[in-house]
Amino acid sequence: MLRFAVRRLVGAIAVLFAISVLVFLIFNVVPATNPAARIAGKNATPQLIKNVEEEWGFDKSLPEQYWTQMKLIFTGKATSYSLAHINIDQRILEGIPQTASLCIGAAIIWLVFAIFFGYISAIRAGGFIDRFITVIALIGISMPVFWLASIFLYYLTYKIELFPASGYEPLSDPVEWAKHLILPWTCLAVLFAGFYSRVLRSSMLDVMNEDYVRTARAKGLNQRRVMVRHVLRNSLIPIVTLFGLDFGVLIGGGAIVTESLFQIEGVGYFTAEALNQQDFPSIMAVTIFGAFFIVLFNTVVDIAYAYLDPRIRLGTSAV
Amino acid sequence: MSVTPETAPAPRGGTGGGPLLAVENLRVGFATEDGRLQAVDGVNFTLEPGEVLAIVGESGSGKSVTAQTIIGLTRSPNAHIEGSVRLNGDELTSQSEKELQKVRGSQIAMIFQDPMTSMNPVYTVGKQIVEAIRAHDGGVKKRDAHARAAELLGAVGIPDPERRVDDYPHEFSGGMRQRAMIAMGLALEPSVLIADEPTTALDVTIQAQILHLIQDLNRSRGLATILITHDLGVVAEVADRVLVMYGGKVVEQGTLDDIFYDPQHPYTWGLLGSLTRLDQPRPHRLPQISGAPPSLLSLPTGCSFRPRCPHEFSKCAQVPGLDAHLPEDPNHRDRCWLGPEQKRKLREVEPNRIGLEEPA
Repeated sequence: MLRFAVRRLVGAIAVLFAISVLVFLIFNVVPATNPAARIAGKNATPQLIKNVEEEWGFDKSLPEQYWTQMKLIFTGKATSYSLAHINIDQRILEGIPQTASLCIGAAIIWLVFAIFFGYISAIRAGGFIDRFITVIALIGISMPVFWLASIFLYYLTYKIELFPASGYEPLSDPVEWAKHLILPWTCLAVLFAGFYSRVLRSSMLDVMNEDYVRTARAKGLNQRRVMVRHVLRNSLIPIVTLFGLDFGVLIGGGAIVTESLFQIEGVGYFTAEALNQQDFPSIMAVTIFGAFFIVLFNTVVDIAYAYLDPRIRLGTSAV
Repeated sequence: MSVTPETAPAPRGGTGGGPLLAVENLRVGFATEDGRLQAVDGVNFTLEPGEVLAIVGESGSGKSVTAQTIIGLTRSPNAHIEGSVRLNGDELTSQSEKELQKVRGSQIAMIFQDPMTSMNPVYTVGKQIVEAIRAHDGGVKKRDAHARAAELLGAVGIPDPERRVDDYPHEFSGGMRQRAMIAMGLALEPSVLIADEPTTALDVTIQAQILHLIQDLNRSRGLATILITHDLGVVAEVADRVLVMYGGKVVEQGTLDDIFYDPQHPYTWGLLGSLTRLDQPRPHRLPQISGAPPSLLSLPTGCSFRPRCPHEFSKCAQVPGLDAHLPEDPNHRDRCWLGPEQKRKLREVEPNRIGLEEPA
């Protein structure tokens, strides 16, 4: 089991390295304009451009450039010239609690709802409740986040002032923290809850036809135990796969729309700022940061598989 | 007819006196998009303690549905179940799902065809046996149930059971898994074991081992067994009585000797004729029953076997009843309009060889 985890981690590091090279090439080699001028921002003096060129190593060979730039980003020395000379890494670090609060909360909400409704839908497949949940799920999947967020903001914070309009309160005041996050959590969770409940439903319907479910019934287990211990347990793999990917994307700064609309100044918010200003060092840093989390959670998913399905544990020889 | 060993357990509950299991006029139909599918159409049989009853037939003959219906596994909104299944006199078809759960596993255990897929891959073998034990007796401590699981695995011939009990199913071979399934079935000392094609997915040598295991258990514990199979070789090995099913109906029933030495229904002849025999010269080609089993959605009128039967005649347009045609043997019944003398003549396609082929 440990060997399995170590192998997966080594693989993950290799993938991250490849991604960093790719990001570097896309941002520095492909565009035809002077990269130093782009980094220095719109109203940069020639002196600043010169400094940037030296700082980011544009006068050196490509491998040296890569090394210099990664060192800047990974040692926390990269400065954003377009965004008020902030330290990029520090800005990302400051955004993590906000992004994590948003994503972890939303993830808990969408998993609980998805498993609950997916389960009910599957055991009542074809019935009225199933069809009702299906409609609700489809509505949830179809609502764009920006639209839902706008509706929430207009009706629940402006028309009736049920929730604070925007911003983020640190967890040191849990009540305020939650009050500020309920709307963003809901916005972010609705789409995923709808989608995951559909996936779980169909996965469970497949598993229900498995021979071992018939065995479980034949040995006299009650319906709930058959459904939870045998059907649900074996239906979770597709959910785990999806969750690893989606959660990695969001926590790596992918909740751009939600964070922007609710003024949660997390990593996603910063990503939006960087994109608006076309600030390449920031974009490069958040891209690598995002890739890190996607790779990390894929690794976590692989390890979770091994926990969910013991047959995978033996496959240590296959990477 | 039935061999009741001295070790047979006393029937639990019920009225006693009657048969252990009695199936009467069982009919199972399913509503499908293409219409009503009558999977089982009027099946009757009884089972005594210590007896092995074989149900034989091709795929789609209704044998598995019959067996699963006994413990209510075919219940669904689309299923229409009629008739009666009584265990020690208690009617099972009218019991609620909750009541049936108490019967499943503890009084009637069932094992299935494919041991590769019949165990949940994510739990250890021991855990799955423990689950069966504790489903019926929540008072058993996990540790005790686990010890009992190991003991059961040992009893069905799994080596080193204390260690293997914590293995996952994929760490077992096919034969070992079927043994483990049997161990799980035995966990609560049921009085009836239903084995649905227990050897079909196994190698020939393993098949024999599993059959002998079932036979042993049947003899040593008086475990009444319903063995479902399409393999007459398996039947000859272990059965006391045989039910031959075709198109959802029983077409012939009798003792093992009745079926093998004096088969009355042409379908049974066909089944026997397609067996390889060691005591006969090897045929050029193994005879087969031509045609395919009928679709249960559109059974032929009259005798269901009519389209595949070379001996068909005018009377076959009417449905034959399951009647005793041999005055000396009222328990040997069949659904065929031919008279006993005609049958004896027609089935002997060669001296000493029974078959379905058109007589030369």
